[in-house]
Amino acid sequence: MEVTISTAELLTTDGTPLKQSLRKAERRNKLRAFLLVFPLLLFIVVTFVMPIGDMLLRSVDDSQINSVFPNTFNEYKSWDKEADELPPEEVYKSLFFELANGDKRQIGKALTRMNYAKSGWKSLIKKTTREIKKIVKKGEEPVSYKDTFIKINKLWADPTYWYSFNQMVNDRSSIYYWNAIDRTFDEDGDVALQDEKRRMYINTWFRTFKVSIYVTIFCLILGFPVAHLLANLPLRYSNLLMIFVLLPFWTSLLVRTTAWIVMLQQNGVINGILVWLGVISDDGRIQMVYNEAGTLIAMTQILLPFMILPLYSVMRVIPKSHMRAAQNLGAKPAMAFWRVYLPQTIPGISAGGLLVFVLAIGYFITPELVGGKDGKLIGSWIAYHLRTTLNWGLCAALGGILLGIMLIFYWLYNKIVGIDNIKLG
Amino acid sequence: MALPSYATPVQRTYYYLYLFFCAVVFFFLIAPLFAIIPISFSVSPFMVFTEGMLAWPPDPEAWSTRWYKNMIGDCSADVVSSTVPCSTKWMKGTVNSFYIGIIATFIATALGTLAALGLSRPHMPYKGLIMAILISPMIVPLIITAAGMFFFYARINLVYTFTGIILAHVALATPFVVITVTATLVGFDMNMVKAAQSLGAKPMRTFFKVIMPLILPGIISGALFAFITSFDEVVIVMFMASIDQLTIPKQMWAGIRQEISPVILCMATCLVLLSIFLLTTVELLRRRSEKLRGIKAR
Repeated sequence: MEVTISTAELLTTDGTPLKQSLRKAERRNKLRAFLLVFPLLLFIVVTFVMPIGDMLLRSVDDSQINSVFPNTFNEYKSWDKEADELPPEEVYKSLFFELANGDKRQIGKALTRMNYAKSGWKSLIKKTTREIKKIVKKGEEPVSYKDTFIKINKLWADPTYWYSFNQMVNDRSSIYYWNAIDRTFDEDGDVALQDEKRRMYINTWFRTFKVSIYVTIFCLILGFPVAHLLANLPLRYSNLLMIFVLLPFWTSLLVRTTAWIVMLQQNGVINGILVWLGVISDDGRIQMVYNEAGTLIAMTQILLPFMILPLYSVMRVIPKSHMRAAQNLGAKPAMAFWRVYLPQTIPGISAGGLLVFVLAIGYFITPELVGGKDGKLIGSWIAYHLRTTLNWGLCAALGGILLGIMLIFYWLYNKIVGIDNIKLG
Repeated sequence: MALPSYATPVQRTYYYLYLFFCAVVFFFLIAPLFAIIPISFSVSPFMVFTEGMLAWPPDPEAWSTRWYKNMIGDCSADVVSSTVPCSTKWMKGTVNSFYIGIIATFIATALGTLAALGLSRPHMPYKGLIMAILISPMIVPLIITAAGMFFFYARINLVYTFTGIILAHVALATPFVVITVTATLVGFDMNMVKAAQSLGAKPMRTFFKVIMPLILPGIISGALFAFITSFDEVVIVMFMASIDQLTIPKQMWAGIRQEISPVILCMATCLVLLSIFLLTTVELLRRRSEKLRGIKAR
């Protein structure tokens, strides 16, 4: 008997080739899955991603002041600083008219911006504008605009004021990012260190990293044995003890921070116990809160569950027989732990460590409340500029740098652990 | 893990040291939460254990519920103290917190559950990227989120409105819903959907009659996570809420910054009780969900 194998394409009942029909079904399924996700995706993009993007744009935006002094800045760019000590006459002339005719509110905003570059601008321009308006009112036309300015205030002959224009003359500028790490532009427009008294961010950045690293290490030291105990106890007991880890996790951050203030303050619980035990005298109470120590203690307790939970889930699946086998083969318990158990917990350690570190560098509430003067982290500066100084460019730049650092660690976390492996509770 | 009977004395010592260390850590985790409860019943306007409270036999004069009365806005003579202001702010904050929290929870749960259903389908394109975007509000530090939202919402006149805060809270809360519901769907038997559809059920009916009852525990846990996220959120409300949108965390923040008073501790005690309640509920739901899906408790 002869078997014939059809070489023609397989067809479905309605006559279309099977491959094509399958591909169509696949496409439809993809579309359906995507349609389910779409509403949330759109929502997150509009309410979350766009605001963050807007903030990043703001961190490089310097267009407001450029719209107030367009001609002045244009003329300024042609100033040859090597040849002339002061800007050419045209710069003074354009500034004269832009101050005389400009919109008062816009100039006010621009002045605030100028004060970030060099303090003193605001009062100088305000005084000058008043005089200029008088001159315009009288209908006089100055012979030399430069001399008029210098006659109004001799600071106009001080080139350092003019040099500070360097960081404002472009619509898009990186100056806020440089400011955020204590740098500025010097007379040639090159990057240079800020004045001594204006340097405050580098220290805070270092402290942020230092505190985050310490907190991560403390969490690891405290969390490792606890996770080990939870992973090796019979389920009945470990579920019960898990409450100790999960309850703080579920409790409001402010409640935990308040609790630490109550515990650590000078007449607080811990000092009280120490005095009662006779460890310290009544007037020798230790200052444990409103400084860096307070930040460290409170943040360690608050972030500890984030270390214990990933460690626990890794340790849970390490077979107990491994340690016994190692000891059977002659390893001392310490050696068996070091060579057999510890290497298997590395995924848990890296997951927990990264999570705690990433959460710690962005912390704001706890350091702000218990950190006092020397325990504040970079988040406090962001809040300060957002609310108090309204220097939103700098605020956005600080946020942008922090976000960049976060994204690097986020990416690392994704590589090592996988974003979709995040578990709660 | 008990100590084997052949353990040497040195091993015994290490073992007990290890247990002691763990006990200290557990104490460190939980003690601060419970230390505040007795102080909230103090008669003194300072947040300390007074001598009367520590005296034996207990001195009834040292204890009172005056700060609780203060918290619920009862400003009668025995409650008012010269240093502690009495107002209805705490109650107003509670109402607002529940109002914002409940609306945000409903929106976040609906959007998050839909997205989780889509993400769990085998055909989902760009799953990794989309998941990363959806989870990002949970990862980005709150202070950055707050700064970005403040600038952006100010442009469209949403700062100092309930709408703005609810939108922000929904964005922050959805990752928790997505994660919890996705986790529930991992063990979900897709054949049941096929069975329902082959019996003639339309997609909507399949969802409400087959899928939803099975993943309901996951949805409720996600909703509780979403609620507590909104309920405890302080950084966003700090920048985006005016006095009209006063919430409990905002009032607590103000309390800690300006007028350290035991009333804060009364509210903190209530919040600890609330978190105990929520934790128990979520734990029970998790067990039920595992039972429903036929997963044996680990």
